[in-house]
Amino acid sequence: MTLGVDNRAASSRAVAWIRRVQVASVVTWGLLAAVVLVNAMVQPTFFTLYSITSTFATFVPLVFAAVAQAIVVIGGGLDLSIGTIVALSSVVALKVMNGSDALIGVGFLAALATGAACGLVNGLLTAVVRLQPLIVTFATASVFGGITLVVLPSPGGAVPPAMTQGFRLAFAGIPVPVWCVLVAVLIWLVLSRTKFLRHVYAVGGDAQAAYASLVPVVAVRILTFVTAGALAGLAAMGVLANTGSGDPFIGADVALDSIAAVVLGGIALRGGRGGAIGAIAGAIILALVTNVLFFLNVPTTFRELASGLVIIAALALSVLTTRKGVVR
Amino acid sequence: MTAATTQRAGMPDRLRSVVRNPVVIASIIAIALVVIGQIVSPGFGSYNQVISMLRISSFLGIIAIGQTIVILSGGDGIDLSVGKVATLGAIVGARVMDGTDANLAGGILIPLLVGAAIGLVNGLGIVYLRIPPFVMTLGMLGVVQGIILAYTGGAAAGRAAPFLTELVNTRWLLGAPGVLFVWIILIVLVTLVLRRTRPGWNLYAVGSNRTAARLSGIRVNSTVIGAYVASGVCAVLGGLLLLGYTESVFLNLADGYTLPSIAAVVIGGTLIAGGVGGYLGSAVGAIVLSVLQSLLTTLNMPASHRTIVNGVILLVLLALYGRQRKLRS
Repeated sequence: MTLGVDNRAASSRAVAWIRRVQVASVVTWGLLAAVVLVNAMVQPTFFTLYSITSTFATFVPLVFAAVAQAIVVIGGGLDLSIGTIVALSSVVALKVMNGSDALIGVGFLAALATGAACGLVNGLLTAVVRLQPLIVTFATASVFGGITLVVLPSPGGAVPPAMTQGFRLAFAGIPVPVWCVLVAVLIWLVLSRTKFLRHVYAVGGDAQAAYASLVPVVAVRILTFVTAGALAGLAAMGVLANTGSGDPFIGADVALDSIAAVVLGGIALRGGRGGAIGAIAGAIILALVTNVLFFLNVPTTFRELASGLVIIAALALSVLTTRKGVVR
Repeated sequence: MTAATTQRAGMPDRLRSVVRNPVVIASIIAIALVVIGQIVSPGFGSYNQVISMLRISSFLGIIAIGQTIVILSGGDGIDLSVGKVATLGAIVGARVMDGTDANLAGGILIPLLVGAAIGLVNGLGIVYLRIPPFVMTLGMLGVVQGIILAYTGGAAAGRAAPFLTELVNTRWLLGAPGVLFVWIILIVLVTLVLRRTRPGWNLYAVGSNRTAARLSGIRVNSTVIGAYVASGVCAVLGGLLLLGYTESVFLNLADGYTLPSIAAVVIGGTLIAGGVGGYLGSAVGAIVLSVLQSLLTTLNMPASHRTIVNGVILLVLLALYGRQRKLRS
């Protein structure tokens, strides 16, 4: 797409694989370890089952959104509409379930389908109509957000009790929210072994070269957004389970937070490199930073400034080290 | 890139270049929207109404100056912090002015310096720490939001100086408020600087090819940093004028201007990749977006439908000429 990626075209799969491992890098895990350590120091109850459950419960949606964003970014795109896809999927699922435990399965399908449909719109507009992903998803974010308000004009509605209660339980000694994060990891591990995701890396690295090597670029781009949309649908179910009611404005910060998580996870915004495991770690780092500042008793008026500075420092650190990895 | 555009045969070259010129297309769309408005709701296209819509456009248009410069500078340049910076500018301005003309100079200069400082930090981070612009300015968004909360303690104080309010809200020459003339002067000035001066040429050179620019002896780093400083300054200027419009300040006064400023630049035909485009297009883009908003408001559309239509129309506009080339080219 731009200059400077042309030499990557020639890189074999082996080299690409090494890069992928290298980039899901020391910094991301170092930051995660540091933030967990600090959190454990300022919050003595951090490792209790209750605390782990409630901490994980808050960031399950962001974890799924981060995986979705990671796939889009690796494919060389960017999805600013993820937040409103989460909001739309959540209100649709809420309406479909109508507070009844029996309909939870249908609710999941509705959320997945809604997310995938939104993704399809994004995919068609970027791949077939050929508009820049940044602008397209900015515009579709406004469309999806409007539809969300039509479906649910103001916050309210009740989530099936089994969903909210089940979310707080533990299964085999491990809290359900932790299982959810493990499911996100598993989804990524399965996806990353598919031909589809190899194609996503190829398209993100150099679309021209991928096209020349008979990768179905248009189909891959569409499917990338559809996958991301479906994952955003799962994030929506996480939101519902965590909050217990519907909120049409829920996704406001999700899009930008998921992008921050992706960068913290060592995924280059230029595409073609990185892995969603890093993005999951990035999402957890973001959530824990907020947690730490809360327990440090930072005054509310300064909390946002502090979190902004910490995040910018972390972003600088992960970006700087990623660059070094490339030079080597 | 040129090969792809010239291959589409059909119309004669001159005509096609005019018809495909984004500034022309955007202007036609703006006029079409006004005509539609006049048909649907008579009075929408009246002189006073048009002036009033142009006045609203000026805030977005002035914020979009910086966005245009940053996007032109290339290297995936984008400034996601402009909305928040504009808000901060208005908040600081309101606090310093405190509703009197005596403090006007300080109330304008101090916020502009704050904007320049934020732009400088953005630029330094992007150039020397090599943080991608998208990420750097996104992080800055959070920091500026934090500064706003820490500075105001959660409640904004102060008022716009009467002169500023008058500049924006009182009809002056030809029934138009002073702010429109400020904007027109800025449009001419920015276009001249971009097209006719060395910093402007440097900006285009840096935007189209950094390596070539560096090899030709252009100081790439200071050009890029300068672009972000300009963006911070323009954002604050837009925020201050918006303050004149609202008189008192809210904590999220101009937050919603970030993405429309990018949309205005794109509608105006400036390439997101950098190096191609100009400010006139962005100004027309800002007008298109503002007219669209007023039209939807006039139609008494509920906010939810308005955002849907807004997004769809933006997509249609983009599909008209924002398309990228085919892979097979």
